[in-house]
Amino acid sequence: MPDLMKVVEQSQLREDIPAFRVGCTVRVNYRISEGNKERIQAYEGVVIRKHLGDKNSKATFTVRKMTQGHGVERIFPIHSPRIESVQILKHGHVRRAKLYYLRERRGKAARIREKISARSRS
Amino acid sequence: MISGMLARKIGMSQVFQDNGTMVPVTVLQVGPMTVTQKKNKDRDGYDGVQLGFEEIAERKLNRPTKGHLKGQTPVRILREFRAEDHDAVTVGQKFDHSIFNEGELVSVVGTSKGRGFTGVMKRHGFGGQPASHGHRGKRLPGSIGQCAFPARVFKGRKMGGQFGNTQVTTQGLTIVKIIDNERLVLIKGAVPGPNGGLVTIRKS
Repeated sequence: MPDLMKVVEQSQLREDIPAFRVGCTVRVNYRISEGNKERIQAYEGVVIRKHLGDKNSKATFTVRKMTQGHGVERIFPIHSPRIESVQILKHGHVRRAKLYYLRERRGKAARIREKISARSRS
Repeated sequence: MISGMLARKIGMSQVFQDNGTMVPVTVLQVGPMTVTQKKNKDRDGYDGVQLGFEEIAERKLNRPTKGHLKGQTPVRILREFRAEDHDAVTVGQKFDHSIFNEGELVSVVGTSKGRGFTGVMKRHGFGGQPASHGHRGKRLPGSIGQCAFPARVFKGRKMGGQFGNTQVTTQGLTIVKIIDNERLVLIKGAVPGPNGGLVTIRKS
C-alpha cells in the first residue's frame, strides 16, 4: 500500500530546488498572480524551519525576515510549482534544527554565524 | 459504460494543481472489474450488470460461488451496477478506471471506521456538563425527556451506542487526477473508511 502512495507523491517532487539547510539565508523567487498578470516576487530571509524533509511532497520551509521592525515569516511548500527558484545567499552555522529562538531576538543578537566551509563544498 | 466501480482506499495526500494550489486528495486504486452476469427486466424485474472485483485463487471460493462463476475467473467480490448501454454489455467484458474522467463529479460509498460503543458527546456532538462548580458527570447527556407526561422517552432520542462501521456516502467529490499505470484515481477531499477499505465510486 505505501508503495502506491509513493507513486503519487514522487510525481510531485521537484529536483531543481537546491539543497539548503536551516540557518541558510535564501532568496525565494515566488510567482504571484495579480488579476490575470503574473509576476515574480523575491522574498529574502533566514530559513528557520524545514518541515518533513526534502523527499516528501508535502514538505514546507519557513523563511523569516525583518520588515520595518516587524518579524515576517512565510511558509513555502518546497515542491510548489509557484516557486520559480531558490537562491542560497549565505550558509549559516547553527546548532538547532528549528531556529525559533530568533523570534525573541533582534538586531545584533539575531545574527547567524556564516559557515565558511559549506560554501566551498557546495 | 457502467455507472460505478469498486476501489480500494490507499491513503490521503496532497497534490499541486497546474496553477500552483495544493489540494487534499484521497488515493483510490480502482477496478478492473469483469462482467459475471447480466440481469434482465423480463427475468429479474430490472436491468443490471453484475461485476467481479479482485481475482483470487479458486480454492478460496465456496461451493455456491464456484458454481455461479463456472468457467470464469474467480473473484473476491461481486457487485451490481447499472449500465447506460445495457444491451451492449456482454458477460466477460472488462471495465476499468477509464470510465472516469479528470474533473468529473462522483460520490463515494464506503464503510466508516468503527468506533465501538461511544458516548453522546463523540457520537452526536453534545456539549456535556461543566467540569467544575459542583457538577457531576461531565460527559453525560443530561435530561432525556419530560416528567409524568409523557412518562416515557421519545423514539429517536440521541443517546450513546455503536458509532461508525456503517455505510456512509460522500457526495459531490471531484476527480483531480488519474494515474493510468497503477489504476489510481485521486479524489479531492476525504472518503469514508480506513486505508485498504473497499469503496464504491459512483458517477453523480
